[in-house]
Amino acid sequence: MSNSVLELEDVSISLGGKQLLEIDCRVGPGEILTVMGPSGSGKSSLLAYIAGFLAPVFESSGSVLVNGDDICSLAAERRRIGLLFQDPLLFPHLSVAGNLRFAMQGNAQQKSHTISEGLNDIGLAGIDDRDPGTLSGGQASRVALLRLLLSAPNAVLLDEPFSKLDTQLREEIRTLVFDKLRASGLPTILVTHDQADAERAGGEVRTLR
Amino acid sequence: MLRWASHSLILLLAAPILLGTLIASLPAFGYFPPLGSSEFSLAAWRDLFEVPGLTRSVLISVISGVLTPLISLTLVFLYLASATGSKLDLWIRRLISPLLSFPHAAAAFGLAFLIAPSGLLSRIISPGLTGWERPPDLLIVNDTWGLSLLFGLIVKEVPFLLLMSLAALPQLQPRHRIEVARTLGYRPTIAWLKVIAPCLYPLVRLPVIAVIVFASATVDVALILGPTLPPTLSVRILSWFNDPDLNLRFLAAAGSLLQLGASLLAVVIWLALEKFFGLLWRLWLATGNRNTGETLAFAIGRSAMPFVLMVIAGSLLALLTNAFAGPWRYPSALPSSWTVQHWANSLSDLSAPLFNTVLISVSSTLLALLLVVATLESERQSGKSRSTALWLLYLPLLIPQLVFLFGIIVLTEFAGWQANLSLVIFGHLLFVLPYVFLSLSEAYRQLDPRWAQVASTLGVSQLKSFWQIRIPLLLAPCLTAVAIGMAISISLFLPTQLLGAGRITTITSEAVALTSGANRNLISVWAVVQLSLPILGFMIALFIPKLVWRNRSGMIETR
Amino acid sequence: MAQLRVSSAVIRIILLFVLLPFSSITAAQALDLADWSALEREARGETVYFNAWGGEPRINSYLNWVADILEQRFDINLQHVKVADISEAVSKIVAERQSSNDADGSIDLMWINGENFAALKENNLLFGPWAEEQPNFKLVNADRFPEMREDFTVPTVGFESPWTRSQLVFYHDSRWLAEPPQTIDAILDWSRSNPGEFTYPRPPAFLGTTFLKQAVLELSSKDPALFAPVTDNEFQRVTTALWDYLDALHPTLLRAGRYFPNSAAELRRLMGDGEISLALAFNPNEALLSIRTGELPDSVRTYVLQGGTIGNVSFLAIPYNAQHKAAAIITANFLLSIEAQARASDPNHMGSTTVISIEDLDVGARRQFDSVSSDLASASPEELSRKLQEPHPSWTPALERAWIRRYSAR
Repeated sequence: MSNSVLELEDVSISLGGKQLLEIDCRVGPGEILTVMGPSGSGKSSLLAYIAGFLAPVFESSGSVLVNGDDICSLAAERRRIGLLFQDPLLFPHLSVAGNLRFAMQGNAQQKSHTISEGLNDIGLAGIDDRDPGTLSGGQASRVALLRLLLSAPNAVLLDEPFSKLDTQLREEIRTLVFDKLRASGLPTILVTHDQADAERAGGEVRTLR
Repeated sequence: MLRWASHSLILLLAAPILLGTLIASLPAFGYFPPLGSSEFSLAAWRDLFEVPGLTRSVLISVISGVLTPLISLTLVFLYLASATGSKLDLWIRRLISPLLSFPHAAAAFGLAFLIAPSGLLSRIISPGLTGWERPPDLLIVNDTWGLSLLFGLIVKEVPFLLLMSLAALPQLQPRHRIEVARTLGYRPTIAWLKVIAPCLYPLVRLPVIAVIVFASATVDVALILGPTLPPTLSVRILSWFNDPDLNLRFLAAAGSLLQLGASLLAVVIWLALEKFFGLLWRLWLATGNRNTGETLAFAIGRSAMPFVLMVIAGSLLALLTNAFAGPWRYPSALPSSWTVQHWANSLSDLSAPLFNTVLISVSSTLLALLLVVATLESERQSGKSRSTALWLLYLPLLIPQLVFLFGIIVLTEFAGWQANLSLVIFGHLLFVLPYVFLSLSEAYRQLDPRWAQVASTLGVSQLKSFWQIRIPLLLAPCLTAVAIGMAISISLFLPTQLLGAGRITTITSEAVALTSGANRNLISVWAVVQLSLPILGFMIALFIPKLVWRNRSGMIETR
Repeated sequence: MAQLRVSSAVIRIILLFVLLPFSSITAAQALDLADWSALEREARGETVYFNAWGGEPRINSYLNWVADILEQRFDINLQHVKVADISEAVSKIVAERQSSNDADGSIDLMWINGENFAALKENNLLFGPWAEEQPNFKLVNADRFPEMREDFTVPTVGFESPWTRSQLVFYHDSRWLAEPPQTIDAILDWSRSNPGEFTYPRPPAFLGTTFLKQAVLELSSKDPALFAPVTDNEFQRVTTALWDYLDALHPTLLRAGRYFPNSAAELRRLMGDGEISLALAFNPNEALLSIRTGELPDSVRTYVLQGGTIGNVSFLAIPYNAQHKAAAIITANFLLSIEAQARASDPNHMGSTTVISIEDLDVGARRQFDSVSSDLASASPEELSRKLQEPHPSWTPALERAWIRRYSAR
């Protein structure tokens, strides 16, 4: 159970002198902030900025605070910000368990135990040794979520994670993701252009121009 | 952290080549203290211009330099225009890398035996169709104007230019563009020539210039197929360099500068042709013509590649037949008996060169892979793409090897270095590096950046993510790059011959040396060994990922 | 006139050599050639880089056999460095001299004769004298065969050890040509009426140059000037007939003289393919050997021109900067042994002509050379006794250059 707080202070991103976005907000433990906006409004740049992938061509200012510490100077892999993409992006060369183990710290035996437990928890018991290429879309999304949770992040970013799922599956995965994130007490920023996502997230909604 | 990699890559390629070229030019102007000449003079140039038949030698070099890329590129473009997406295309794409690895010398020798008056083709049609009981007295191979040399070069360069075009094509989204053009009423082949060709050409321009330089300065192919009265400029330079009369060293140096000039002239002519064809193309585009020429372009394009393939297959067949042929009198289509005697005879001679070949190609390729991956990774981490100037990578292909290798030899002689294995490996590295870079860079740059981002958001270090994510995901392209690099190294003749001072022998250097002995069976044995090595490499490169990823269906897509 | 300037340089250096005949005996003192067992001890464990033409598989496999024996008996590792032309090795030595690499040369022993020997000797780039100190040197009976001490008229003075004998022979396919022409002039007459059936290797290929020398000897009735260093005037005077001859001959050759094979082996291949009916070789056993391997049809016969043909001896020499001189000398001495020479002359192996004076051997030793039997395909010993002496080596580059200038760009 994390009790982290994610704060964006006067964050501003520009490209070639033209400001793309400006945002200032606080996301508490288990809260989901939804950021909406049309394509090109800089939603993805915002996530890239927080996660630490923003390309050098962008100019940015402001700070990202996790529990009051500014993480902007840290390399992406040290920020402990989890990210779910549109695609599950399970590493195709590793097994399901290999994907999960890749995200974890600690000793091997403990890892195996945690993995079996985690898979059981998301309703996918016993698929440890499966080739991720053989999973269905829904199964892959669940494994991706589990992988993110097992990496023990302090905050989570969701980059339109449900947009590629069909309607029924979308509902199911959305519920699972939101439930798990709330239960873990993780502050979450969701970027989407689907109004239904924002409604289900239930938190504050910001709209970018 | 990895900045050293791209810097050392530049240094490694540029320094020896530019320095070599510079040093090779000193003796051309009479400055060569080891021969007791420390005053500049133009004597070497006066001697050079008195060399009989020099004009013809230069002319043939320039003509092959211009016509080889012109014809090869035309065939490749017509092929791509007419066959993209067809079954033939799928088939050819699979064959293209192994085809490229067919070593120049072996290909040239196979071709020579295929088309000679007493060659395989002539034997097949005689005496039945021709009534020839003895070979016709026709000058085909080694013809005065270098037509068989040109033919051999085209057969060799078509696969190269095709591979380079195929590598560049995806970024143009050809299917999409063709569809658009077809909805506007253009026939598919015409559509390709009008909307894809002009965008593709700039992307393959450097490889084309490399072809110009190679074709105008090749030594091994010209030794086997080229004219002899007089030989091409490059062949003459090599013979001057090897002449016991030391004064010819000055001549060789001046000659190699002339070679540089001849290659440059061919490039300049090419640039003029570029302008000319660009104009023609614009006029053609402006006509808005949607149909005319479709049938012809389609016919040439579709038949060109099978024709080239058949010539290569015929050369291969010629080599294999000769490698196992017993006595074989003209005009029998087949030897009177088959034998493994030629293999038994060469077995003991093969082992040392084979060992050297493997050692040199493996070490130079692995070194190249290390440097290339480090460069690409530093490029990725710094976020600056193409930090290494592309033309620099082409440097070993843009300056005739003869020229800068002579300079390097002179340099090693100054320094008193003995010919040794590491010098040869270094020489091979110069040529392997560009190909490894070219074959790996696209795959490396195109790998979905989100893989690395996922790894980072999971809190995994760059190093762990490099070894556990990027390298496995890129295993297949890396192995292909290794196979290409080794194939290039295996086919190299001049760097082994010159830097190894003949003491370090590879399959290729021995095979070319044997052509002076010209026992057809024996050369064929060596040529077969020479060309089976790269094929073996490609088979391994294809097989390993299949084995490693046999339970990973997702790895087929990332390949 | 590039070629004449070079040849006058050659003459100058040769004159220097004659005036200062022993100025180059430098490193020879380092080895005590009189103490042969000490030499053998010193040679143990050494590697000999033997630079020799690598275009003939028979020679290559013979040298493999030699390497095995040297390894077993003398603990010497013989490495055959195969060169396309020994002049490559000459340039290598010269290059090493330039870079002052005077002790760690990359060549220990080389197969050489004629102008290459002359060039190295003139520039003091050979080690010696050593050859006549070899125990096996007496086997050649140099007193009776002065050619063992003379390389293209240049005295070897112990800087070269004899290895094999060669003689120019002609061979013809009796299916197409029953009565081969017996003189250089007759070749032209025959070729005129049978165009496209003869050719010769392109000079400076060794055999091609030898054909030029044969022709000039015969056409000039062995002009004495040919046996002295060449001069511009003599060259012009003696060779005029040669150029007239070649101008007439070339249009009647294979491919109308627009192409020449690049080596003896390629010439042999043309004969094997039935492209030509008349060819030449510098090994009297070449046709016999090639019939055995199936390269030539068994209808091929060898003969020597009526007035005789050029014969010479090829030698082994050690560069001045060789790293392993002791082992090189042991190797040369072994190559001159009865055992090695007998095997070399066996048509089943190398098939060369021995330099050993067989008549001087006792019966037992003589029997080892019995494998050289007379064969229809070979020239008879009587024919081979019609030998012509090689011209002075300075004629070789002069003829080659003049030929290249005249015919290489037609």
